[in-house]
Amino acid sequence: MNVRSQISMVFHLDKCIGCHTCSIACKNIWTDRKGTEYMWWNNVETKPGTGFPTDWEDQEKYRGGWELHNGKLRLKSTGKARTLFNIYHNPSMPTMDDYYEPWTYDYQHLFNAPAGDDQPTARPISMVTGDLINIEAGPNWDDDLGGSQIYAANDPNLKGLSHDTQQQLMAVERLVFFYFPRICNHCLNPSCVASCPSGALYKRGEDGIVLVDQKRCRGWRACVAACPYKKMFYNWNTGKSEKCILCFPRLETGQAPACFHSCVGRIRYLGVLLYDASRIEEVASLPPDKLIEGQRSLILDPRDPAVIAAARANGVHESVVESAQKSPVYRFVKDWKLALPPHLEYRTLPMLFYVPPMSPVMSTQTNGSIDHVSEDLFHDIEEARVPMKFLANLFGAGEEAPLRYALRKQKAVRWYRRFKTVGDVDEATALRMLREADCTPAEADAIYELTSLCTFDDRFVIPPMHREEAIQMMEDPLEHKQGVGFGFLSGPKRGM
Amino acid sequence: MASVLPFANGLFFLVFPYLAMFVFFLGTIMRYRKAPFTYSSFSSQFLENKNHFWGLVPFHYGIVAVLAGHIVAFLIPRGILAWNSKPLRLYVLEVSALIFGLLTLAGLIGAIHRRLTFAKVRAVTTPMDWIVFVLLLAQVGSGIYVAVFHPWGSSWFAAAVAPYLWSLVRLNPDLSFIVMLPLAVRLHIVMAYVLIGVAPFTRLVHILVAPNPYFWRKNQVVRWYRSPREAA
Repeated sequence: MNVRSQISMVFHLDKCIGCHTCSIACKNIWTDRKGTEYMWWNNVETKPGTGFPTDWEDQEKYRGGWELHNGKLRLKSTGKARTLFNIYHNPSMPTMDDYYEPWTYDYQHLFNAPAGDDQPTARPISMVTGDLINIEAGPNWDDDLGGSQIYAANDPNLKGLSHDTQQQLMAVERLVFFYFPRICNHCLNPSCVASCPSGALYKRGEDGIVLVDQKRCRGWRACVAACPYKKMFYNWNTGKSEKCILCFPRLETGQAPACFHSCVGRIRYLGVLLYDASRIEEVASLPPDKLIEGQRSLILDPRDPAVIAAARANGVHESVVESAQKSPVYRFVKDWKLALPPHLEYRTLPMLFYVPPMSPVMSTQTNGSIDHVSEDLFHDIEEARVPMKFLANLFGAGEEAPLRYALRKQKAVRWYRRFKTVGDVDEATALRMLREADCTPAEADAIYELTSLCTFDDRFVIPPMHREEAIQMMEDPLEHKQGVGFGFLSGPKRGM
Repeated sequence: MASVLPFANGLFFLVFPYLAMFVFFLGTIMRYRKAPFTYSSFSSQFLENKNHFWGLVPFHYGIVAVLAGHIVAFLIPRGILAWNSKPLRLYVLEVSALIFGLLTLAGLIGAIHRRLTFAKVRAVTTPMDWIVFVLLLAQVGSGIYVAVFHPWGSSWFAAAVAPYLWSLVRLNPDLSFIVMLPLAVRLHIVMAYVLIGVAPFTRLVHILVAPNPYFWRKNQVVRWYRSPREAA
C-alpha cells in the first residue's frame, strides 16, 4: 500500500443554477492575460450540448485519454513512438476555431466618432490580431440551448441512446437541460502528464495538484490533445501550455479556490482523499463495467488504523490524515456513493466527482399526473426527462447502475425530508424508500445537512499544505532573504 | 585585391567560426540560465492548422535529414568517401540529399507564405522570426544551388570541408582547402556561421531542447517537496 493524499472535489449538479460566477471568478484572477483570453480553466456547459471546446467529448476526433491495447494502457493520442513523428504537427490538436477567437469592443469609437446621423457603436475587435471581426462563437455559445438541433442534438453522450429517446430529448414540450461546470480533474492517471515530451507537467506529491512547469514547457502541445477533458490550454502568446492550478496559492493559505469560494449555488465541495498509488495502473486498466467500483476501491478509509499507519510511513502529514477524516468528498464518494467521476472510460481516474442531477419528470401526452403512491416509488427516475443512459454515458462509464443508485438515494432523501417537514408523505413510505435506496434515516439526515445546510467550513475542508517543507527543501533559504520573493521574476514575456 | 583576400578569408573562415561558436554557447547557456521561460518552439499550429501541416512538416523532416547528412559527413568523412566509391551509391546519396533539400525549401516557402497570409499567425511573428526566415531561405537556397551546380558535394565535402572543420576543432586552422572552393560554397559556409551566431537570440533554440528523456521516463511525473522516504 502506497498511501498518498489528493485534494479532491465534488460538484453537486442538482444545485447548479448555471450562473457562471465560478468562471468569472477564475478568469479575473488567472486568465485575463494576453494569450489566455480564450482559456476558461473553469467553464459551465449546458448538457445536452457540444461543450467547450466544441465536441471535446468526441475522442475519435481529439484522441484524448487512454485506451486499452492488448490489455495494456496506452495514450490514445501520442504514444511515445508517435510523439516523434507528430511533434512538428499534432494531428489531433484543437485550434482556436474549436474554442473561439477572443474579442473586445472598440469602446473608444463611442467617444471619438465624428458627429453624424447615426448612433456610434462599439464594434468587436479580435484580441489576437486587433482587427475588426464578426463574432461567430463564444465559450458558452450554447448556454441553455437544450433541445437545439445544432448543439444538443450533437452531444457525443447521445451515443447508444435509441432514436426514439433522442427524439424525445429534442421535442419542444419535453426538452431538458442541466448544467455541467468543469475544471481540471487533477486526475490520478493524468494523460496530459504522460504525454508531455519535455516532462514539464507534473503532479504534486503532497496534494495531487497537476501543474505545468512553465520553465520546462516547450510548447510541443501534446498535452492539449492528450487531455480528454480539454482542460489543457495552449497560450498562443507565450508559447507555453497552461491549465487550472486549483488556486494552489489560495489553498496554501487556507482559502478555497476562487471558483469554489464564489459558487452561488454552493454546489462545490473540496477535501482530501487518501488513495493507494500502487494500484493506479491496475485500476485504470479495468474493463469498463468495473471502473467505477475500481476507482472507489482506490480511495482508502482515513479512519482505518492500517491506512493511517501506512500513510504515516509514507510521510503523509498527520494533519492531512485528520483533514481526510473530515473530508466531505469522502462522504459523497465513498460513504454515500452519490458522487461519480466524469467519463471514467477515458481512464485518467479524475478526482472531481459529480452528484448527478435530478430532472423533471417526463410529462405524458395525456397530461396525466404523477402517481407517487404507486408500488414502485422510484418509477419517475426511469421516466425522467434526462435519459438514464445519457447520464450513464457522462458519469457512469456507460453503466447505468451507479447512476440509478445515486438518483434513487437522492430521491429517497427528498421524500424522507418531505415526511419530516411537509408531512404529505407518511413515515412508512418514507422509510421504505430509504430502505430500498440503501439508505438509513441517519444517513439521510447527514446527506440533507451536507447538501442543504452546509456552511463554508463544511464544504471546504482544506488541509494544511505545509509549505514550510518546501522551503526546507531549498538548499539555502537565506539565499532569498531580503529578496523580492521566490520564482522567476523576469515576467512571462514572449521569447525572442 | 591580393592583400584584401587573405584578410577576408581570415575573417570569414577563421574569426567567424570561433566567434559564432563562442556566441552560440555563451548565448544559449546564458539564456537558458537567465530566461528559461523563453525556451519554446513557439508553435502557431493553434492559430492556423491546415497550412501549418503543409509548411512545417516537410520543412522539419527535410532540414533534420539535411543537417544529419552534414553532421555525418563531418564525423565520418572516410566512411562517406568509401560509400561514394561506387557511382550508383554516390548517385543515391546525392539525389536523396537534393530531395530532402528541396523538401526543406518547399516547406520553408510554405511556412513563410503562411506567416504572411494569416493575420492571426502574423500577430505572433516577431522581427527576429523574419531574420530567421531570411537567413534560412538564403542558407537552404544556396545549399540547393551548390547541390545542383557543384555536384558530388558529399565527396568534396568529405575531402575538403571536413578537414577544414576538423582543423578548426583541433585549434590548428588550415584554410588551404577552403579558399579554393567555389564562391557559392564559401557563401554557404559563412552564412552557416551567421546562422549559428544568431541562433541564441532567436526561436531556433528550440532545437536544443528537443525532447529526449520522454522515451525512457516513466509515464507519470510526481514532484515532492521532499522525497517521501526522507519525510518519513
